Amino acid sequence: MTFLFFFIFAGFALAGAAGVVVLRNPFYCVLSLVVHLISLALLFLLLEAQFVAVAQIVVYAGAVMVLYVFVVAYVGGGDKPDQLWSASPRQKALAIGFGSLIFIELAIAILGTALSSLGTEGATLSATYGTPAEIGQLLLTDYLLAFELASMLLLVAAIGAVALAGRRGGIAEDEGNLSPRHGVVHTPSPAATGSMAEGVSGYGVTTPLPDPQLEGRELQQPARTAAEDDR
Amino acid sequence: MTVNWYLIVSAMIFALGAAGVMIRRNPLVILLCLELMLNAGNLALIGFSRMWGTGAGEIFAIVVMVIAACEVAIGLGIIVALYRRRLPVDVDELRELHG
Repeated sequence: MTFLFFFIFAGFALAGAAGVVVLRNPFYCVLSLVVHLISLALLFLLLEAQFVAVAQIVVYAGAVMVLYVFVVAYVGGGDKPDQLWSASPRQKALAIGFGSLIFIELAIAILGTALSSLGTEGATLSATYGTPAEIGQLLLTDYLLAFELASMLLLVAAIGAVALAGRRGGIAEDEGNLSPRHGVVHTPSPAATGSMAEGVSGYGVTTPLPDPQLEGRELQQPARTAAEDDR
Repeated sequence: MTVNWYLIVSAMIFALGAAGVMIRRNPLVILLCLELMLNAGNLALIGFSRMWGTGAGEIFAIVVMVIAACEVAIGLGIIVALYRRRLPVDVDELRELHG
């Protein structure tokens, strides 16, 4: 019975992984990864690691994947159909070759070495194996340092993500548009793009949309002075 | 059901993820393929933990999950910043550190 379940879940996990690599639309890639993660959690259950399985579903398939879905929806587009495989056939063949090489090497490492002599059903398990109580005790005794370092890492990553993706700071947003000729002069952008400057000047809400010929130049003037005041 | 079966599946997932990183050009999908590789490592760790009957492997797997979450947060932050600067979201176009 375990055997049957193993092959079903492993099949789903591999199909999900293949879907991530092959599918064209990034959104479908994310959904395929969700299938992969859930079947992996079921494999964890077969290995009697209940807590990790639940954490996998809640944290990974839940929270992290929602983040992915939001970013895919925000960035959108992704690979245009003609772009996906426009990696040259040589590169594609090379990648597949390297991938199978890695698999063969890992398979040799697993099956061809002393590990195979350990290929048993595993040790007999204590009643508390894989329970939250055992995990919690290990985290707060033997692996306390790793636990604290992981929490610090999460804090640093959260701050870094906010700094990178925030409106100001990180990769400066306007630098890319500055050419030497323009200097610090405001470069005109299409009107009503929904930028924060327009929001500040109440533009598009209280004032009517401009004539396209105006290019929104003077309407963006107040926003520019506001930015200068900031400096 | 020996642990070796799980290790083989983990090796296959890792190889698929590695091939995906080399094939795909969209940084979002490359991040997804990195997730695949981290998860393959997780499966192997849980398998080893089951083999020895101690909880150490599960702790390692949880730490790997934390690291994966950090990587996702930073990676997606970079992608959003790229998108804000209207740079192409394509690793072949982004060859230079100084854009």
